[in-house]
Amino acid sequence: MSSIKIELRQEDVNKIREICDSFNNDHQELINILHKCQQHFGYLPAEVQEVVSDCSGIPVAKIYGVVTFYSFFTMTPRGKHPISICMGTACYVRGAEKVLDEFVKELGIKAGETSPDGKFSISSLRCVGACGLAPLVLVGDKTYGRVAPDDVKNIIKEYEEL
Amino acid sequence: MQILVCAGTGCQASLSEELLSQLNSEIEANELENDVQAIRTGCFGFCEQGPIIKIMPDNTFYTQVKPQDATEVIQEHIIKGRRVERLLFTDPETKEKIADSRKMGFYKKQMRIALRNCGFIDPDNIDDAIAKDAYEALGKVVTEMSPEEAIETLKKSGLRGRGGGGFSTGLKWEYAFKNRADQKYVVCNADEGDPGAFMDRSILEGDPHTVLEAMAICGYCIGADKGLIYIRAEYPLAIERLKTAIVQAREYGLLGKSIFGTDFSFDIELKYGAGAFVCGEETALIHSMEGERGEPTVKPPFPAESGFMGRPTNVNNVETFASIPPIYLKGADWFAKIGTNRSTGTKVFALAGKVNNVGLVEVPMGITLRDVIFEIGGGIKNGKKFKAIQTGGPSGGCLTEEHLDTPIEFDTLLAVGSMMGSGGMIVLDEDDCMVEVSKYFLDFTVEESCGKCSPCRIGNKRLHELLEHICKGNAEESDLDRLRNMSTVIKESSLCGLGQTSPNPVLSTLDNFMNEYLAHVIDKKCPAGACKELMNYVISETNCVGCTACARVCPVNAISGERKEPHFIDISVCIKCGACMDKCKFDAISIQ
Ligand SMILES: Cc1cc2nc3c(=O)[nH]c(=O)nc-3n(C[C@H](O)[C@H](O)[C@H](O)COP(=O)(O)O)c2cc1C
Ligand code: SF4
Repeated sequence: MSSIKIELRQEDVNKIREICDSFNNDHQELINILHKCQQHFGYLPAEVQEVVSDCSGIPVAKIYGVVTFYSFFTMTPRGKHPISICMGTACYVRGAEKVLDEFVKELGIKAGETSPDGKFSISSLRCVGACGLAPLVLVGDKTYGRVAPDDVKNIIKEYEEL
Repeated sequence: MQILVCAGTGCQASLSEELLSQLNSEIEANELENDVQAIRTGCFGFCEQGPIIKIMPDNTFYTQVKPQDATEVIQEHIIKGRRVERLLFTDPETKEKIADSRKMGFYKKQMRIALRNCGFIDPDNIDDAIAKDAYEALGKVVTEMSPEEAIETLKKSGLRGRGGGGFSTGLKWEYAFKNRADQKYVVCNADEGDPGAFMDRSILEGDPHTVLEAMAICGYCIGADKGLIYIRAEYPLAIERLKTAIVQAREYGLLGKSIFGTDFSFDIELKYGAGAFVCGEETALIHSMEGERGEPTVKPPFPAESGFMGRPTNVNNVETFASIPPIYLKGADWFAKIGTNRSTGTKVFALAGKVNNVGLVEVPMGITLRDVIFEIGGGIKNGKKFKAIQTGGPSGGCLTEEHLDTPIEFDTLLAVGSMMGSGGMIVLDEDDCMVEVSKYFLDFTVEESCGKCSPCRIGNKRLHELLEHICKGNAEESDLDRLRNMSTVIKESSLCGLGQTSPNPVLSTLDNFMNEYLAHVIDKKCPAGACKELMNYVISETNCVGCTACARVCPVNAISGERKEPHFIDISVCIKCGACMDKCKFDAISIQ
């Protein structure tokens, strides 16, 4: 599990309880509960999973099993400006890997990692379905279409000051 | 008059929302509110040219419209009645401007059934949908037909599942109907995991009511009062539109209790995926909906016997559902006449890759690959040469020039070593290395294998390793036999459809592009020039003027030479970063 230990505040614990209650602590709703928790915390550290287990009565091992099975759930915090590079087939054949490499080079972190200052994180994702704009990069909610490796520096610059 | 603005994910990414609000403020500024409405619609399909707007009733189609073009569209087209020439689509061949979309190569050979309303209605407005006959088929079925009759109609139409398997939808409903239980479920599979496909998303975004309607019809036929839509969390826009549609349908009494005054009740709930391709497989999908890890289980029992919560469950794909209402309105015979004998109706494809017109196309079954790529797709980008077309995503195969006249049907595609799949179609050109393309798909499979059975978990990993060796020039000719043997074993012994089809990209490229594999393993060359490890940067003695720019930019000092003398790259040191080539102003550096 993640190595960073975090302290949950009482209000965080209450929030998790509220989420679990809103789904009646139904075991079937585990994935929905985790979606809501991740929306709130940004990620799902072990501590959050433990509280979900306490509230819902679902064994923590099972929760961990579900969290690690689905790629949408993450146990490491993402950067303030999460950068996602689409690696769907259309983007791939139009050069997405070179774009990813350029981000990795410029930011000095690998895909799946977050920069030490917490500003950026890089991840690759599978097809957002805007293949007409391939290769595609998302920074937060903003989309950049037809990105060439040369554009990468400028994209990063837009967020460095923010 | 109406201005239809595409608000699909592709067009929204290129600022169609801003365009819509600009249009609205121009309409207000010119006090045209009573005559003109700007409406948000679903995807027009021609994503390459987005954002797209269409002006009705005169059918003018403007492409690549930017928010700042709004003034001109209103002033010229709406007020003065003159077309804005510069925003019209230019035919790449004749260089003619075309205003009417029906005359464009991209649309001419298309036929829209599943996408019939996409781009014509406001997906957030149920009245718009009803004006286009939404819920009429449901009304007809529940008030005029018995479940048996309705199922018989579907069987007669010949509709086969669009999610990949191609199983007869009518038969599937019949099984679920015949299995007795206190509770049954209708499930819509909106997991769309093929990493180059966006048909289902566009349907959900553009015409959510058609899916709700068809699910209700299914509920009536099989005897279920509950529907579930399993949708990927990666599709936020589709999720919002579905939520709105469900609320509106309930308000109108089209979902809920006693629909159309009968004793039939039906309601629908959303369930979210969380990023796992294997959850598109129906048994895995059901486990995921139950809050478990989405691991497949052995069939039988099929979901129609024991599915969600152990109850009979009918799982269909989004596009399958979207094709159903017209069958009840226009008749099974009408549908069966479209397409071919064994594959009736139409199929939506997400055409992408190295083709001029990337987008969503719906064509009658039986059309040839050539028509799709060269007529609808407008040929290969940048005048390059066509090399292959990949259909069926990670489960499918690559077809070549010689297959271009193959009609697109479930069975013919299987016979030539590919498959229909869910509808991803990726066009590849001469610059794509087929070994690398199979590696890409294996990469995907290895990542997405759930790990439950070892042929898939371990076998695919080994396959991927072998492909990596080949791309790096570390493989022998005998490795190609191992590649083929291992592929066959994985196919035969994996538990679910993922493992059973994952070697297809490898097998089909081995069959169709053996020469490329041989070049990698014998000559240690990549004919397409795509495998980095197999290429070398060389400096041409005649072009090099000895400016030393390359030597200075090389991060590992692999370049040596005297000033004003031709330089030289030491291949054993070179890391193939390409920095020198970017820097050279004299075109002296090339890849060999
Ligand atoms: C690995 C795998 C992934 C699949 N992904 C999808 C998918 O994303 N969408 C889908 O509709 N069907 C998918 N299927 C097919 C479903 O299992 C199922 O056959 C389909 O939803 C049935 O609907 P249909 O009869 O309307 O095609 C997948 C199958 C496998 C083996
Ligand atoms: S074939 Fe692969 S995905 Fe399917 S059950 Fe086996 S390990 Fe899981």
